[in-house]
Amino acid sequence: MDLLNYAFMQRALLAAVLVGVTAPAIGIYLVQRRQALMGDGIGHVAMTGVGLGFLLSWSPVWMATLVSVVGSVLMELIRWYGRTRGDIALAMLFYGGMAGGVMFINLAPTGSNANLTSYLFGSLSTVSPSDVTAICLLAAFVVLVTIGLRRQLFAVSQDEEFARVTGLPVRALNLLTAVTAAVTVTVAMRVVGLLLVSALMVVPVAAAQQLSRSFAATFAIAVAIGVTVTISGTVTSYYQDVPPGATIVLLTIAAFLLLTALAAPLARRRARVREHAGGDPAECVIPAADEELGRATVPAGRGSTGGAEGVGT
Amino acid sequence: MSDAPVTEPAEPVISLRGVRAELGSRTVLRGIDLTVHRGEVVALLGANGSGKSTAVRSVIGQVPVSKGTIELFGTPGARFSDWKRVGYVPQRTTAAGGVPATVTEVVASGRLSRARFGILRKADHEAVHRALALVGLTDRAKDSVNALSGGQHQRVLIARALAGEPELLIMDEPMAGVDLASQEVLADTLRKQVGEGTTVLLVLHELGPLEPLIDRAVVLRDGCVLHDGPPPKAVGQHALPGHDHVHPHAAPGAEPVRTGLLS
Repeated sequence: MDLLNYAFMQRALLAAVLVGVTAPAIGIYLVQRRQALMGDGIGHVAMTGVGLGFLLSWSPVWMATLVSVVGSVLMELIRWYGRTRGDIALAMLFYGGMAGGVMFINLAPTGSNANLTSYLFGSLSTVSPSDVTAICLLAAFVVLVTIGLRRQLFAVSQDEEFARVTGLPVRALNLLTAVTAAVTVTVAMRVVGLLLVSALMVVPVAAAQQLSRSFAATFAIAVAIGVTVTISGTVTSYYQDVPPGATIVLLTIAAFLLLTALAAPLARRRARVREHAGGDPAECVIPAADEELGRATVPAGRGSTGGAEGVGT
Repeated sequence: MSDAPVTEPAEPVISLRGVRAELGSRTVLRGIDLTVHRGEVVALLGANGSGKSTAVRSVIGQVPVSKGTIELFGTPGARFSDWKRVGYVPQRTTAAGGVPATVTEVVASGRLSRARFGILRKADHEAVHRALALVGLTDRAKDSVNALSGGQHQRVLIARALAGEPELLIMDEPMAGVDLASQEVLADTLRKQVGEGTTVLLVLHELGPLEPLIDRAVVLRDGCVLHDGPPPKAVGQHALPGHDHVHPHAAPGAEPVRTGLLS
């Protein structure tokens, strides 16, 4: 693996792995609470942060983190208080964030739309050592929250009203989810870009759902898919000179399609195993070949079709 | 009206005094009094829009009260924080979320009221298994809730409430959309719980197979208490054996006076 000899590729691969872990880890809770597009919204808001970073000559990664955390808290507050036209308020937040980003970066002395493009679509090869430090710290926070508080976050995302009656601090947990999602967006920003972040949060989870029955398995499979596609996307982009963000997202969608195709036969086999194990009758139809059994089970039945009706109704 | 058949009115577990509540601009509760004593099974009956659900949701602090007082275990509702004593079964048709989850995973979330920092120990896992056994879902424990029937979903929701081993069980229409066989299982589960001394407040559309368990029925109509006493006897077609209708409809003559647009 000659690509590991380059320091920039080492950094790129490390960043890619961290994104592969964190994006599905928080994304699963967003999908569970049916807010799959929240990551997309935060990505738009984070653009203002990037623009401000250039304007104030600050680290765009940290500035984007700050602004998207504020934006995600605002979205959560809109969800609580402005139930009536919450979608309109969210739309304004999204597009305001995007327009703000373009405006600030053009006002900045060193900035141009070209700089913005590397944040919009990712630019793995320009990940600096200080970016990697930031990404590592932020990823550690995301992993700690999504695994350490998995039972609480599961309960809140599954049934918010019930969670409140269980005595869980639902508002605090909702805010924490929003903040963690915002942090994940900025972790993934340099790798897949702000416009494609949401895909890595949602699609691996959707793909994992095709195979799994439990939340724990969905979580594990989604993270495994995330890591696989980010690593293979990064390696592909190195050898083929294609944009890494787009490669990663297309690979994720390919994984989804593959698992969906595999899911149907798998479900059929599971059903068969279950029937054998549980001793459930597989079907109402009694095999025509076994006449004796047919008579014994359905005395009135004359032939297999009549028997089927008799048992079925 | 208060000729309740309970022998010894013990400490009230739930106490509502003159509770008024609005949803938006519509007044849903117009000053209701409701007391549930320890060990009692009280059914809250009434037509759609009579305020049954709002009444139970005000008890658990999910609906703000504009006037009157609510006490849970003798503590004013706003200051009540001992939620492990309360098990709640919300009005739902599904126990599923946006991601697959097994029956055990959903039921275990009901144990968080007793688990510190969300860490489930051996005793907690045993409580989850007991709750599953109580509703007869032990053999489906590892199945996805998506694979269950409507009645089984309701059993999962009840097991989730029982996993916290509550002293008070509050259920909002636990029989809605449940087939007769599952209704019998639920009635049996409830009978065991009541036998162990659990206090129950439940919203029902009609008494059904739960009738022998109910100590007292409180009938609401248009946000006011119409009847508080022994459960009303089913009459007419409703009294026929096997009569099973769980679709919501307003009883004749019990049509609420509409005060605003129904949302």
